Amino acid sequence: MSDIVIDAENIGKKYTIGHLSERFPYMALRDVWMQNARTVWNKTKDLVKGNPIIQGDTLEEVWALRDVHFKIRHGEAVGIIGRNGAGKSTLLKILSRITEPSTGRVIIDGRVASLLEVGTGFHPELSGRENIYLNGTILGMTRKEIKRKFDAIVDFAEIEQYLDTPVKRYSSGMYVRLAFAVAAHLEPEILVVDEVLAVGDAAFQKKCLGKMGDVTKEGRTVLFVSHNMAAINRLCRSAIWLQKGQVQGTGSTAEIVGDYLADGANCSAQIFFKKSPNAVMQYRSVRVADSKGVTSQYIPDDQEFSIELEIEASRNISDIYFGMILQNQEGINVLFADSRDVAGHLPDRFQTGIYKIDLHLPPVFAPGTYSISLGIATVHPVMQLDNVESACSFEILNNSNEKRTAPRPGFLNLHIPWKLDAH
Amino acid sequence: MNTIIIEAGRTEKNYWADLWRYRELFLILAWRDLSVRYKQTIIGILWAILRPFLTMIVFTFVFNRIAKLPSDGNAPYALLVFAAMLPWSLFANSLTEASNSLIDNTNLISKVYFPRLIMPTATVITAFVDFLISFIILIGMMIYYQFAPGWQIVFLPFFIILALLASLGPGLWITALNVKYRDFRYVIPFVVQFGLYISPVGFSSRIIPEEWRLLYSLNPMVGVIDGFRWCVLGGESPFNLSGFMLSLAVTVFLLWRGISRFRKMEKTFADLI
Repeated sequence: MSDIVIDAENIGKKYTIGHLSERFPYMALRDVWMQNARTVWNKTKDLVKGNPIIQGDTLEEVWALRDVHFKIRHGEAVGIIGRNGAGKSTLLKILSRITEPSTGRVIIDGRVASLLEVGTGFHPELSGRENIYLNGTILGMTRKEIKRKFDAIVDFAEIEQYLDTPVKRYSSGMYVRLAFAVAAHLEPEILVVDEVLAVGDAAFQKKCLGKMGDVTKEGRTVLFVSHNMAAINRLCRSAIWLQKGQVQGTGSTAEIVGDYLADGANCSAQIFFKKSPNAVMQYRSVRVADSKGVTSQYIPDDQEFSIELEIEASRNISDIYFGMILQNQEGINVLFADSRDVAGHLPDRFQTGIYKIDLHLPPVFAPGTYSISLGIATVHPVMQLDNVESACSFEILNNSNEKRTAPRPGFLNLHIPWKLDAH
Repeated sequence: MNTIIIEAGRTEKNYWADLWRYRELFLILAWRDLSVRYKQTIIGILWAILRPFLTMIVFTFVFNRIAKLPSDGNAPYALLVFAAMLPWSLFANSLTEASNSLIDNTNLISKVYFPRLIMPTATVITAFVDFLISFIILIGMMIYYQFAPGWQIVFLPFFIILALLASLGPGLWITALNVKYRDFRYVIPFVVQFGLYISPVGFSSRIIPEEWRLLYSLNPMVGVIDGFRWCVLGGESPFNLSGFMLSLAVTVFLLWRGISRFRKMEKTFADLI
């Protein structure tokens, strides 16, 4: 028996979407009528022929997935990463038989349970107890199985005293905990999970992550989609990177996640952002510069560097702050810089206009790829004005080979003196 | 270990076995619909009784007192109407529930796999439970009128199943179409209302002229209702065999058509819903 449990060959998924054809700025009422009459006629034709009705008058075929190949071995935990719209969810839907592929085939050995959403089928009118049975059955557990695990589920969700309360009276935290608890006690041969860890408070997320870790250790095959690179790194040994519906890379998680993060925003050291018309204040560009002020994507690890931000205020605004996060290739936040940390540099009020802000960073970062995320928010109340995730990335190069043996573990690159205390 | 092959346009070989494997889901969905239905209602289960009972009173008044239509033999007119009201509401409720089942459960369809046939068939159970409750009224009425059923009553379960199958055929078809074209959502109330008057609910089908009887039996509910009356009213309501066979044939055809259309479309539900 081969130990391949999922063998995907050449999978593709095509959607047809409609566009409105370009129209002249002025149209006579007669034209509008003609257009509508034609649309109605076309729709009637579609209805008779049994084709799906699509709004718009020109059709376009969009491949959500194309030529996707991969093999997954028994007991492997595989992370699927990629930007929004890369086809991750479509892939999971195909694997869990919710929708069928347009081309290709997948051979799956074993029972698949999919968890594409927390609390699928929860009914607000039913009690917690009833929903455990309902949700469990929907996810593919048998009554006996649920009965056996009932106490464990209730325990995990920490909702003992509300078991007989309708879930519509639950707080959102309790709801999510219960929903995840049911899902966490599934025992299929293959588990397919979509971004469900991004729920609940931090403590509960940690608990979920731990539970997922147990699941992968039990030798079950797990497919796991997440934007949380740290979670992917922790749970999965290998990863598949999807981009625009195609496989961009497969391999060990560390390698693929690194490539993926480095690819962030095309790996350019200077990025300009599109102006959004409604934003009160927004980032217009970000640039990484070396110690001489030259735009560069590669920064030696023993030199200072700076990150330059360009910000535009569309009207006068006060009481705001800025934040920047540096994330390493494992998706771990290495630095969070808050503009309120060091007072006296930024004005209290920003007039309409464009501002340049410089962030000087010391040579403390370990070699590796870093991505920059940016945010602007008001102070009272805290409200996000702009947020750019993985806006730009740069690489810290190992420039001090003689002094250091690379690669070293750890996040910091500091020269710590080892002093001998005289006795 | 069971191997699943996912491929475009592949029809599952073990579709029906799968359906059996998911029987617990069938039961729990039916139970959910039932228990949700009567939460937050004051008289709860009584609604299932009230609706057909009030309609029966109105029909008896209109068709018997005003239109002076005859009953079957010596059967009280109210009993004649209610014996038809029962299968009709079973059919109408089951058809309505089944037709809306898929779009009422959009979240399930787009997030989990199960044989989709489970969804509309599970809703039929709700209609059946309503039927059982209002059946108590029928028993009460028969006691009130001191009307004992004949030996024919043993065939009643057969006609109950027939009423369910008659609703399931069009129900499956419409619920599948409903996913694609939401227009069909508005068709159902119309069909149900219209059907109430063209089916022999408020009157006996014997008032239909003999030469039109066969044509009239193309409505599958004619066979079911006649059968019900034959069972409940005993010899008072004779049984028209050729008409019944025709109704039965139409029911079987619609059921086959409904299932095959449904299965053809079910793989695209998640993309369209």
